[in-house]
Amino acid sequence: MTPKRMLLRLGPVCAVAALALAGPNLAAAAEPVWLSTQLRPIEEAQQVRTVILKDSPVKAQFIADQPASFTVRVEAEAKTGHHVVSLLGALHGELEPFVPLGLLQPLDSLVPRLAADKIPNSLMQLGKFGTQHQYYIPWMQATYIMAANRKALPYLPKGANLDHLTYDQLEQWAAAIHKATGQRMLGFPAGPSGLMHRFFEGYLYPAYTGGLVTTFRSPQAVAMWESFRKLWAQVNPNSTNYGFMQEPLLSGDVWIAFDHVARLQDALRKRPNDFVAFPAPSGPKGLAYMPVVAGLAIPKGAPHPAQAAALIAYLSKPSTQILTLKASSFFPADALPTPGNLEPGLKAEGDAVAKMLAAPDAKPALLPVGLGAKGGEFDKIFLDTFQRIVLRHEDPATVLKREGDAMQRILNDVHAKCWAPDPPSAGTCQVD
Amino acid sequence: MRSRTLPYLLIAPASLLLAVLFLWPLVQTAFLAFRAPGPLGVDVWSLAHVRRMVSDFDFHTALFNTLGLVVVVVPLQFILALTMASMLRHIRAGRSLVLWIWSIPLGISDLAAGLVWLAILSERGYLNTVLHAVGIISGPRSWLTYETPGVLFAAIVATELWRATAIVLVILVAGLDMIPREYAEAAEVFGATPWQRFRRITLPLLRPSIQTALILRTVLAFEMFATVIAIGGRNFPVLASKAYNWQYFDQNTGVAAAYALVIMGAAIGATLVYLRLLRSPEQAR
Repeated sequence: MTPKRMLLRLGPVCAVAALALAGPNLAAAAEPVWLSTQLRPIEEAQQVRTVILKDSPVKAQFIADQPASFTVRVEAEAKTGHHVVSLLGALHGELEPFVPLGLLQPLDSLVPRLAADKIPNSLMQLGKFGTQHQYYIPWMQATYIMAANRKALPYLPKGANLDHLTYDQLEQWAAAIHKATGQRMLGFPAGPSGLMHRFFEGYLYPAYTGGLVTTFRSPQAVAMWESFRKLWAQVNPNSTNYGFMQEPLLSGDVWIAFDHVARLQDALRKRPNDFVAFPAPSGPKGLAYMPVVAGLAIPKGAPHPAQAAALIAYLSKPSTQILTLKASSFFPADALPTPGNLEPGLKAEGDAVAKMLAAPDAKPALLPVGLGAKGGEFDKIFLDTFQRIVLRHEDPATVLKREGDAMQRILNDVHAKCWAPDPPSAGTCQVD
Repeated sequence: MRSRTLPYLLIAPASLLLAVLFLWPLVQTAFLAFRAPGPLGVDVWSLAHVRRMVSDFDFHTALFNTLGLVVVVVPLQFILALTMASMLRHIRAGRSLVLWIWSIPLGISDLAAGLVWLAILSERGYLNTVLHAVGIISGPRSWLTYETPGVLFAAIVATELWRATAIVLVILVAGLDMIPREYAEAAEVFGATPWQRFRRITLPLLRPSIQTALILRTVLAFEMFATVIAIGGRNFPVLASKAYNWQYFDQNTGVAAAYALVIMGAAIGATLVYLRLLRSPEQAR
């Protein structure tokens, strides 16, 4: 084959490759473009396009993207003034950096239109980022809960209420199972792909110390790590390999587990008769939990702002919210009760979430805010502290002193202010 | 004229490609590791990332684990491969078939090899199934946790031996084949024992191959990553997995680059040591 012939043959291949690289031509979109970091898996994105958007009054083009490229895209559109995206769907922490940059359009006029949707005020407030204006409308939420095999229930300590356990009772429960079966059946997602850092940031720390950053090395924190060390004696040693707790629950290696609702879902949906879902335990300062809130926002300069607003109103309707719940592992942002006709596994999770939110001592602790690219290093502080104190038996006070200094350096680098559960700060959040 | 420039023209594409894809990223890595934001918000030369790496609480563990693996795995592989290659010399019929079977692990990716051994050693793996069947254990037992660092280390060594001994073997077999049999036969005539023939004839003549095999194996052992991740996860940090964690989980490219430079430094150091220790005598070149 002559080189010329070869080029001729390769021509069409190159053209196809170039088209594939170029991706969908966003600039030509006549319909509003909805860019989202959520509902990214293929099946979920397909559900959005074929089910959720089917009866929408506004035809929209749904595009899911990685959080990192989402941020780059929104900032690039603002910088160049070439606006393509009309609606943003992202987590609270992903939208937050846009507010000080003035990239989001205030949605205050939209709020009265959504009154019938009963979005709880606490969630609505989050969408204001501590300002006077509403910058996003809560779209859906998720959180972390506990799940247990029914075989574990007979070992519950006397007087313990599954829906309002304390961390001490959890320890006694796991110890009783350990004694009876010879196995450590409590599990945490502390493996490389697990979300263990969220347990420390949103659950253990606020439940024991009432704060996170400000109380990082307080005397309560030292006591907390000492009692968590005691709890860890009842934890399956494979926990440092676990990523998604639904797997060891289904295999029977673990009877009691903590994880994100989406990562327990498989167990509860596949064998709803074998597993129960229940709220996270509470500590001396209450039942701390971490809401994961996703919101809908309109970027300033959006080509179709009115249609985007209509889309937000449609997505907030209770009937659409139920469709969203079925398509994803997120729960509705509205305060309506979980419908009874839902499949049992999802309903069990929904009920556990509702009970946790409604607990009298419930204390929401947000995902870290304002850390930007330093989020990973912030999470590392908690994982390192855990490894050193619990797995390597180093002295808690010494470790907390050193890791606290490292945490302060990170906060100083990005000038991050305190977020809930810590009280609001005027300047950079300080590790006391 | 043409014949003088032609060789250069022919190697130019490869050299260019290597320069673009290896040398340039290497320079960039050094930049990443030694440049950090200064007081004015502009990047300045700095040891901040290196300090961050050294103060990392498990930096020393990762360094120790990596060196431990190199020190245990490389000599074991060398002895195994040399034994296997010597045995092959005495096989006439079916030699190619045996060599072919022995080098099968070469075709398996390191991650796959790690997963194979994970399937054997995990809580509900093949090993426990066998132990349970013969009545040694009564239920699932964990071998690969932070509580059993010795087993973890042994499992990674076993995986590496299984997977990567073949590369040493292939190099040594090629080296052995190049040694003329006449030398050994002559020595035999003079009454040399098999051990003497091996020590005085085979080993010295094999030196260039040994050097190549050891350099290649040691450099790869410093970069050991996928097998360790598959079997040890976070329980067994090594330099390469720390670099990976800093880049992808902790999102600090500077510290990740510093780790990468440590790996490169160790590999270059080991190569220099081998080049010096296993130098071929002047007259043998």
